[in-house]
Amino acid sequence: MSKDNQILEEFTSKEYEHGWTIDLEADQAPKGLSEEIIRFISAKKEEPEWLLEWRLKAYRSWTKMKEPKWANVKFPDIDYQDIIYYSAPKQKVKPKSLDEIDPELLETFKKLGISLEEQKRLTGVAVDAVLDSVSVATTFKDKLAELGIIFCSFSEAVREHPELVKKYLGSVVPISDNYYAALNSAVFSDGSFCYIPKGVRCPMELSTYFRINAANTGQFERTLIVAEEGSYVSYLEGCTAPQRDENQLHAAVVEIYAQKDAEVKYSTVQNWYPGDKEGRGGIYNFVTKRGICAGERSKISWTQVETGSAITWKYPSCILKGDYSIGEFYSVAVTNNMQQADTGTKMIHIGKNTKSRIVSKGVSAGRSQNSYRGQVKIMKRAEGARNFSQCDSLLMGDKCGAHTFPYIDIENKSAQVEHEATTSKIGEDQIFYCTQRGIDEEKAVALIVNGYCKEVLNQLPMEFAVEAQKLLALTLEGSVG
Amino acid sequence: MSEVIKDAIEQEFTTNFEALEKRLNGASALPIHQVRKKAINAFQELGLPTARNEEYKYTDLKKALQKTFDFKAPSPQGKINRETIEECLIPGLDANILIFINGVFSNELSTIISPEDQLTIKDLEAATMEDKELIDNYFAQYANYEHDAFIALNTAFTEHGSFIHIPDNKLVEKPIALYFFNDAQAGKSYNQPRNLFIVGKSSQATFLEVFYTVGKHESFTNIVSEIVVNENANAEYYKIQNNRDTAFHVGTTQVWQARNSQFSAYTFTLNGAMIRNNLNIASDGEGCESHMYGLYLLHGKTHVDNHTEIDHIKPNSFSNELYKGIMEDQSHGVFNGKVYVRQAAQKTNAFQSNKNILLSDQATINSKPQLEIWADDVKCSHGCTTGQLDEEALFYLQSRGVSKERARVLLLYAFAVEVLENVKLEPLKAYLEDLISERLHKDF
Repeated sequence: MSKDNQILEEFTSKEYEHGWTIDLEADQAPKGLSEEIIRFISAKKEEPEWLLEWRLKAYRSWTKMKEPKWANVKFPDIDYQDIIYYSAPKQKVKPKSLDEIDPELLETFKKLGISLEEQKRLTGVAVDAVLDSVSVATTFKDKLAELGIIFCSFSEAVREHPELVKKYLGSVVPISDNYYAALNSAVFSDGSFCYIPKGVRCPMELSTYFRINAANTGQFERTLIVAEEGSYVSYLEGCTAPQRDENQLHAAVVEIYAQKDAEVKYSTVQNWYPGDKEGRGGIYNFVTKRGICAGERSKISWTQVETGSAITWKYPSCILKGDYSIGEFYSVAVTNNMQQADTGTKMIHIGKNTKSRIVSKGVSAGRSQNSYRGQVKIMKRAEGARNFSQCDSLLMGDKCGAHTFPYIDIENKSAQVEHEATTSKIGEDQIFYCTQRGIDEEKAVALIVNGYCKEVLNQLPMEFAVEAQKLLALTLEGSVG
Repeated sequence: MSEVIKDAIEQEFTTNFEALEKRLNGASALPIHQVRKKAINAFQELGLPTARNEEYKYTDLKKALQKTFDFKAPSPQGKINRETIEECLIPGLDANILIFINGVFSNELSTIISPEDQLTIKDLEAATMEDKELIDNYFAQYANYEHDAFIALNTAFTEHGSFIHIPDNKLVEKPIALYFFNDAQAGKSYNQPRNLFIVGKSSQATFLEVFYTVGKHESFTNIVSEIVVNENANAEYYKIQNNRDTAFHVGTTQVWQARNSQFSAYTFTLNGAMIRNNLNIASDGEGCESHMYGLYLLHGKTHVDNHTEIDHIKPNSFSNELYKGIMEDQSHGVFNGKVYVRQAAQKTNAFQSNKNILLSDQATINSKPQLEIWADDVKCSHGCTTGQLDEEALFYLQSRGVSKERARVLLLYAFAVEVLENVKLEPLKAYLEDLISERLHKDF
């Protein structure tokens, strides 16, 4: 093994640091999935009749669907009857403020570096913390409410703003959209709901933090963001899970609805437990994320840093329906050891003069497989559509793979679509240049990878960008090549 | 495709196969017939591909096969007179001319000018009796009939076609031009010719496949050509389709390259109803060089699907691909380019580029450039663009006194020439230049 291979090896073998669990008394549903379980979840959450009907409809269509097999990932069949679909940390009374929340819970989030109290005092980021199946705390609610912004857990939104939820739920991702979305629609337990009224610019970053704690459970949260005319919001999402030998399923749905002149920025730093070096355990991250630019000049921007999960199956998409609307997708996907990622985006151009931009950076190390799968579709009526896509892959080591599957479907002559992709490795000359300047080899690799991902990391809000950079270095630790 | 039609067609092929077995009589004892049997079984297993098959997602075979070709029995022997054939030949091309009518090699219409020691040319049927060893070694070794229904069909019905063998250390100066005529004068015709080209070590040869349909009825061709390029050999391959718009065509060109060999493919598609070109290259030796050029100019309701695949198996190889297309009217273009770099294929350089111009709002292009890489020390890139003519370039020309129409044609021609200029046979280049500029003036 050459010297730089050795460095790569060391660089990519760092351990997962969020692998701990905390013993929390949990209120759980029995294993398995049936109409009874759905009724159970619905009853637990004291949901109205229409939502139960909606869930049951989703469940019925799910039972008729088949798991998608087209993705470039391999995993043993999932036994959907062996999963606990509802698990909530026990809380005696509904907390009114942070002070009333179970200290154990607060401890959990503190350990993750998200001290809810501190966040509140210092950083000015409103956080909705979701543990296993339910939302445990949301900060800054009152301050946001002054501006008319609704930011709360999904169950609360169902109780307090049923008309909004009813109107927008499933409007972007219909219940039978795909296998995992249908499953999520049937059993989703909680998530975040965010509504920005007309003309309001949300003054702070909104953030949801997801944590799987209990064993044998699946996490199925649902996020719905509605941005009214001329509003703006930046939304962050982070996630971790304990280290376990079995695989856990995470099937989330995120829907974004952007009206005229609205802008939504959605950033994800995904750090679910990726499994150990041999590929044991880890989270199956099968997520459906989609936004619709319904009004003119609206904009949706997805930024994601994917470092965790044993398997990632995720395609944040934009439906560009309004004229002059803009869709963006910035992604860094890092896979190491036995991780598999099949991720990318879909840009559907329907309106006139719509624009989209895709920047995808894949880094594969160890024995991992990293795929980019994207579609750019220009419909017949989409005059003057413009797309630019770039997907680069970086390979670290000779046992990993990088794959690109772009689909470019154009039905309008005025479209201008460009796609380019490259695959390369970190050159010995690049490392030599750094070492010659006194930067040690491990740092050099981190530097080069960071530089390679810069275009995407720059899109992240500041606090997140720092975290993401650290995460990148961490995921690749020990894998220099 | 509706299940009923699909089942009916599949059944017809099975009946036809039984008829073939009877007709073969004693020849069914040959090892090649075992391959046929395996292939028909594979076909029955695979069935005709539907839109759910990723490889045929954008190419609906319903259109082709609903024309109710009669697949129950082989098409009757065709007859095309010498004058018609001569009109179709590429002018000024000093080449070995091989004429095939409905997929059957015609000795009397063909002219072979290369000296006999340089190459062997015969109908595949004759070769199965006379060159058993070569057939056993090479036939159906590369075109994988277990994965593609059309390769399976062609393999199962292998009877006629060509067998061209160039021994080691021969430089065949004269190109070998194969003209395939479909006789659709009296009725619909379908045929499945099969070619096997073997280029010996350190030899050099140029092949041309040209397709014509004569007559007003529809024709359906399912052709498979296997090309073996041995060590240090150099092979060039041209495929030209300027068919009638009643021609349906599924063609697979399967290439296998040994160490230090060179192979270039040029695919020009100018006409047809539904054309599917598969070009698969296995770069199975160190130091291979492969080039793929393609140009498709589509008008009317023409549907053209170019699928290419380059599989880098061994280290230190190079591949370059350039496919360009212009789509007018309600035409539909499909491009799928796969580049595989296997784990052992370190130091591979692979480049791919696909550029398209859409001239009409009814025209569609589906492009899927696909890179799959398992080796780290490689340089690979692909690019794909779709757009229209550069307004500024048009304006520039107009400001210099060139009319808008002429400026458009000029720019489109310049777009096409990037592919055309790579053609090495001068008479062919001139012929294609004429065809293309005529088309651009008439249609665009």
